[in-house]
Amino acid sequence: MTSIPRWRDTVRTGLLWGAGAVFTSLVGLVAALQPRQIITGVISGGHALLLVALVAAGISAARRYADAPRRAAAGALAGAIVGASVAALVLLARVVNLRAMIVGATPELFALLTLGRGSGVLPWIVLGAAGLGALGGLLTVLPRQVRSIVTTGAATLLGVGLLQEQVQLLLQSDRVARLREIVFTFDGLTPVGAGLVVALSTVLSGVWQWQQPKTKERMAALPPTRRRVLQIVGFAAGLGAILVLPLFVGPFFSQVLVLVGLYTLMGLGLNLEVGFAGLLDIGFVAFFAIGAYTVGLLTTTGPLAIAHVSWWTATMIAVVVSLISGVLFGLPILGIRGDYLAIATLGFGEIIRLLVLSDFLRPVLGGSQGVLSIPKPVLFGFEFRGPEQIFFLALGASAIIAFIAARLRDSRLGRAWMAMREDEDVAQAMGINLVNVKLLAYGIGAVFAGVSGAIFAVMVGSIFPHSFSVLVSINVLALIIVGGMGSLPGVAVGALFLVGLPELLREFSDYRFLVYGAALMAMMILRPEGLWPAPAQRRELHEEVARIPEGELVEAGAAGAEDP
Amino acid sequence: MGLLASRGLTKRFGGLMAINQLDLDVEDRAIHSIIGPNGAGKTTFFNCVTGFYRSEEGTIEFDGVSLDGLSPDRITSMGIARTYQNIRLFANMTAMENILVGMHPHLRSGWLGAILKPPAVVKEEREAHQQARETLQFVGLRGMGDLLAKNLPYGQQRRLEIARALASRPRLLLLDEPTAGMNPRETMEMMAFIRRLRDDLGITIILIEHQMRVVMGISDRVTVLDYGTKISEGTPREVQSDARVIEAYLGTKAVAQ
Repeated sequence: MTSIPRWRDTVRTGLLWGAGAVFTSLVGLVAALQPRQIITGVISGGHALLLVALVAAGISAARRYADAPRRAAAGALAGAIVGASVAALVLLARVVNLRAMIVGATPELFALLTLGRGSGVLPWIVLGAAGLGALGGLLTVLPRQVRSIVTTGAATLLGVGLLQEQVQLLLQSDRVARLREIVFTFDGLTPVGAGLVVALSTVLSGVWQWQQPKTKERMAALPPTRRRVLQIVGFAAGLGAILVLPLFVGPFFSQVLVLVGLYTLMGLGLNLEVGFAGLLDIGFVAFFAIGAYTVGLLTTTGPLAIAHVSWWTATMIAVVVSLISGVLFGLPILGIRGDYLAIATLGFGEIIRLLVLSDFLRPVLGGSQGVLSIPKPVLFGFEFRGPEQIFFLALGASAIIAFIAARLRDSRLGRAWMAMREDEDVAQAMGINLVNVKLLAYGIGAVFAGVSGAIFAVMVGSIFPHSFSVLVSINVLALIIVGGMGSLPGVAVGALFLVGLPELLREFSDYRFLVYGAALMAMMILRPEGLWPAPAQRRELHEEVARIPEGELVEAGAAGAEDP
Repeated sequence: MGLLASRGLTKRFGGLMAINQLDLDVEDRAIHSIIGPNGAGKTTFFNCVTGFYRSEEGTIEFDGVSLDGLSPDRITSMGIARTYQNIRLFANMTAMENILVGMHPHLRSGWLGAILKPPAVVKEEREAHQQARETLQFVGLRGMGDLLAKNLPYGQQRRLEIARALASRPRLLLLDEPTAGMNPRETMEMMAFIRRLRDDLGITIILIEHQMRVVMGISDRVTVLDYGTKISEGTPREVQSDARVIEAYLGTKAVAQ
């Protein structure tokens, strides 16, 4: 029978999730989320995290089995093992003083893990964990649509709960004060509010599930002109919604969105280098710094000013400067490939940062004091004063640069980059001049980052070397991996997930790179192509070929090939 | 003097003589096979011609122009294309894109043209796509243009690789074991196809091949290499009866018998 190794698999799954639960508890993540109430008085953030882990353990354990009872049993076993792991941690903490070694092993953590009732409750916790695991296992039995509705409801509840501060900020207006009082207390959702959120999201998700195929059918049945009109209307509506966004969300959200925009810009640049051309670059932040310092020095009203031009002129100059520095940066590393390239580029990024910090360049760049008092850009009397206005700057730049990136991708140059990514030697044997093509990739990628830096300079108003650490490069690399290597929408999606979300969940800030690491690993295992992968297969037009008779084509091909 | 001529070509890897003082002439519009045991220096010769390797001694001339010291992309632009022993397609690009990359030297648009897309670039791209489709059809891959190269079956990958080489409009095509791993029927088709390349398109072909049936069936001329040295050359019939060739392939005993 094969069931013995399969049970062993289930045990292993349970142990893995258990180890994960113990680890997140001990590093303090669970306790950090504890003050954040999901539903006030019912469930807190820390407990919610463990709950999700239990259900997820049940789901991943149940996948290997075919029928419902076995799935439930596997889920229950895995859940029980996770529960037991946590229980073991609590018991261990009673015998050994864990806190001497691990700072996160606080009494609060253990109170949280035992639901504040001491270790007598542990058997019940294991039992409850088994129940939640079984629930996860049974979730996998549900038909796809139902499962999707249930998970949407749960995810929305969790999302609204975790982000309740921000959602409450959105509901500041007096007109909706009444609604706010019903749905939220000061630190979480009310039970009624939670019910409303779940009901609303499940109903919406249900309607979507039910109507989506029909709508698709009807869209397909429409004549192409009508469909085109509808697409344009939809696009315009989406654009309109984005344009009025800062008016509704206020300065805090706008600030987060600007940051997402800046990382999107950098992501587009690095995506061009890594995703299109296959040139790994870990010193990418250098170009961001070059753009920021160029604009800073050219526009500042402070003592370091070398000119007083408008932001627009300064940005044009920053584009040229970053293009040149991108090409210069590419020159010495033309012959380097793969892992070696990563190390060489890493070095370049650090060189720029250290130059900026150095005493040698302090009279020019300000050293660690940075460049201060950078004025805001003005366009036809409209001042880009705060984040709500700079949002448009970031949005406009992102749109233009995404357009440029898309055009480049679908061009002869884009094809040459991709060929180089696939096989450098063969690409050269196809007549591609590697030197030109590589330098263009570095140069254009640098320009995108330079524009991002130019906007960054006016967003913060003063720039300091510590803003340009290697972690920025790593962030950008991580976001294009999560979004989907080589995919343009993927860059924006990745930036939203890896830059936007962490800004909102400030409890995570200490654990940002832990979450990054976990997210990257999960992506590589579950969805290596990214959240929004590049379309691997693009349509070509078949109609013309169909009309040409076979014989003529052969001749046409012959004539074409004989042409010198 | 032929289309391609090497004189005293020598390539060493450390102490190993991969090619030793090789004189080779390939006539225009010929199908010229290079055979020899494994390690005889056949693929090394291809790598020298296409600029992947720099030879230590000797010269290679293509249509009277020296290829010495030129980079692979320059050599391709002069009209030499090749395929590889182990297929080296751009695996994560579509069949169409593979061919379009092959057309690279004949297209002109640069980065500015790509971004602004003036009418000239639009026209060039449209014509390039049309030509790529025709090339696909020519090698029998009609309708496969959207498939990723890595998802094509083996035989079609071989043909796509030839299509990509054809897209650069070569005068000389170097085929490195084009029938490797093919069954007899596919091999027959490939032979007919190679003949068509010469007869219909007027391309000169140098062929590395192990299947003697193919070599003897379609070659105008055969060169036999052993340990980097030319040991025999002539028509298939002449080479077949050459004692040195039999010795190289089967050992001295076979000759004695």
